[in-house]
Amino acid sequence: MSLRGICEWLSTTPGSVAIHESVWAYPIIESLHVLFLCLFAGVILMWDLRLMGLVLRRTPVSEMSVRVLPWAVAGFIVMAITGTLLVYQEPMRAYENPFFRAKALMLILAGVNVFVFHRTIGRRIPKWDVDLVPPPRARLAGGVSLSLWAMIIVCGRLIAYNWFSGAH
Amino acid sequence: MSLLPFFTWCENSGLGSTIRSSPWMFPILEVVHLLALAVIGGAVLMINLRMFGLGLNRQPLREVAADTRPFLIGSLLMMIASGLLLFVSEAIKCYYHGAFWFKMAFLLLAIVFTFTVQRGVIARADSKNIGPMALKLVGLVSLILWTGVGVAGRWIGFS
Repeated sequence: MSLRGICEWLSTTPGSVAIHESVWAYPIIESLHVLFLCLFAGVILMWDLRLMGLVLRRTPVSEMSVRVLPWAVAGFIVMAITGTLLVYQEPMRAYENPFFRAKALMLILAGVNVFVFHRTIGRRIPKWDVDLVPPPRARLAGGVSLSLWAMIIVCGRLIAYNWFSGAH
Repeated sequence: MSLLPFFTWCENSGLGSTIRSSPWMFPILEVVHLLALAVIGGAVLMINLRMFGLGLNRQPLREVAADTRPFLIGSLLMMIASGLLLFVSEAIKCYYHGAFWFKMAFLLLAIVFTFTVQRGVIARADSKNIGPMALKLVGLVSLILWTGVGVAGRWIGFS
């Protein structure tokens, strides 16, 4: 079955139809998605900026990792759940939307960046824990993450607009 | 005195109609507003989580607040600038939308609280005159006010 086929099938399932047709479900889920953006993106931003040596420079990176990063993880879980529901209630809109596709691609890239960071320079945090400005590899990881999440937010907001198809 | 004439004037202004008639200006302003929201969220949370004892507890509160302040102020200014432009393009809709008035009330309270009460408490926090419960309370009030701004703001988009 093609991805399009899966999306078409999903949009006919009772759960999808129920959320889509409910007056309150969509605004509530979407509001949660935006609200928890503050938690997830706000906290991740502070972490990225710390990796770049641009904020909280007197705070050890390990301290940020232990005390702050768990909040980003919590925020991400809520974002993932509400985001999945938003796609689930109208899968074909997501499937056909170029901004959604770009967002999905960049989410994967952001995941790869996290993976690479924790496999490389992130393993050696004790060596640069209290550096006011972390080493280039860490600054790069922070900058890549920051740029990707900013673009993900941009694309996420623009999914609401359909500039590229004739139908409005 | 009704504010409706003022709102109508905003809506009919050159700026308002320019933004309204462009297919991409409103969305771009929304994007800027949303990006700044993430930044202000981060700055507010770093301070409030620290006040709750759930954040960077080993760093002095004053230091956390001072380090994140440029981001708090910068993002707030960006929110206000992009918000004003969004507003003038649909001022009359805002006038008749309850959520808009809720948002403005919460915003006023949040700004006043942040730059008077919270700022004052942070300045004195490390001198031990202020107990952990007082810090938690101030953090909680700040979080409720800012959350109110966000929720009401999102609600303006739903008719």
